[in-house]
Amino acid sequence: MFDWLQHFADWLIYSVFGLTHGSKVGDALNFFVFDTIKIFILLGLVTFLMGIVNSYFPIDRVRNFLTKRKWYGLDYFLASFFGTITPFCSCSSVPLFIGFVKGGIPLGVTLAFLISSPLVDAVSVAMFIGMFGWKTTIVYVVSGIVLSMIAGYILGKMNLEHLLTDWVKKILENKQIADEEFEAEKKTFFQRLPEIGKEALGIVKGVSLYILIGIAIGGLMHGFIPTGFFEEYISKENPFAVPIAVILGVPMYSNAAGVLPVMQVLVQKGIPLGTAIAFSMAVVGLSIPEGLLLKKVMTTKMLFIFFGVVTACIIISGYLFNLIL
Amino acid sequence: MKKQVKVLGPGCAKCKTTYNNVLEAVKQLGIEADVTKIEDIEEMMKYNVLTTPVLMVDDVIKIKGRVADINEIKTLLTA
Repeated sequence: MFDWLQHFADWLIYSVFGLTHGSKVGDALNFFVFDTIKIFILLGLVTFLMGIVNSYFPIDRVRNFLTKRKWYGLDYFLASFFGTITPFCSCSSVPLFIGFVKGGIPLGVTLAFLISSPLVDAVSVAMFIGMFGWKTTIVYVVSGIVLSMIAGYILGKMNLEHLLTDWVKKILENKQIADEEFEAEKKTFFQRLPEIGKEALGIVKGVSLYILIGIAIGGLMHGFIPTGFFEEYISKENPFAVPIAVILGVPMYSNAAGVLPVMQVLVQKGIPLGTAIAFSMAVVGLSIPEGLLLKKVMTTKMLFIFFGVVTACIIISGYLFNLIL
Repeated sequence: MKKQVKVLGPGCAKCKTTYNNVLEAVKQLGIEADVTKIEDIEEMMKYNVLTTPVLMVDDVIKIKGRVADINEIKTLLTA
């Protein structure tokens, strides 16, 4: 699919700039040009496609959909699934949390949404396709959804309602099933397109700096770290590699755009793919800033339980990835 | 009549951009408007919002979950 682009990068770096094929600088630059263009093309495509879906299923509609009837457990799947197509800004997590539980959506289902939304989104999907190919992307998306469902289900079963902060408990006492009908915008597909395009452009713009930095670091490492360098230290056989990688990743705050280009190179240099994915999930899915925001609705104890359960699920999936990939 | 403009958001980059865009739009139009920024989440929840930033004109939610650009806000304010 991207052969033409590799030819272009080869031509630009080796013919136009006259750098030697196989030289460190030449290879690093070639990698940078190829990856940057490829990622921006994919990112534009995926954010635009998800923008179309999201235009027809905005978050308000998702909430109404989930509150309208009893789902008998299927709601965990629906919440996790819709979490992936909804663009998510971490500063929306609190209003979203309140809005969901106030509307009568069970706590576990709300948390499933909250886990899956940053974990799998347009940016991470585009980055995964570009960096690791289709097969790994599908594994990532499916496991991201399954992981959110399971973690949400476990948290739901733990009955943590009493560990919410007081003002949230008060809101819950007065909760009402949202009966306001969501008024769908009556717009034709073509009337929606400009807005969707603008949204997609905004998302791409927002992460472009991270991508450039991520790919630049990746390009340097690509050119200068010998292949197989990490195999000595982090191998599939080392049982502690996954938990250590995940626990290191949890407090870090970045998005898929910054992390994955570096991960791709680390994998080429010998870090097992499953370990790298688990690390990325930990970085993207959980972070200290998100924890601080959630402190507004959760007591410290509940926050630790929430982070603990999700971290455990990511570690387990890391081991599973290493088995199947 | 003076327009009442409210920007709801817990202080993230997008919310700040929206707020600054509102100020700029008001300035460019040369109209009088009360622009308030609501950063307190408990206060924010009274308006039943799910995603931030939210832009309200005269207590009606006009835009939610995204940054509105200056021209868009100008249209909303003159409507």
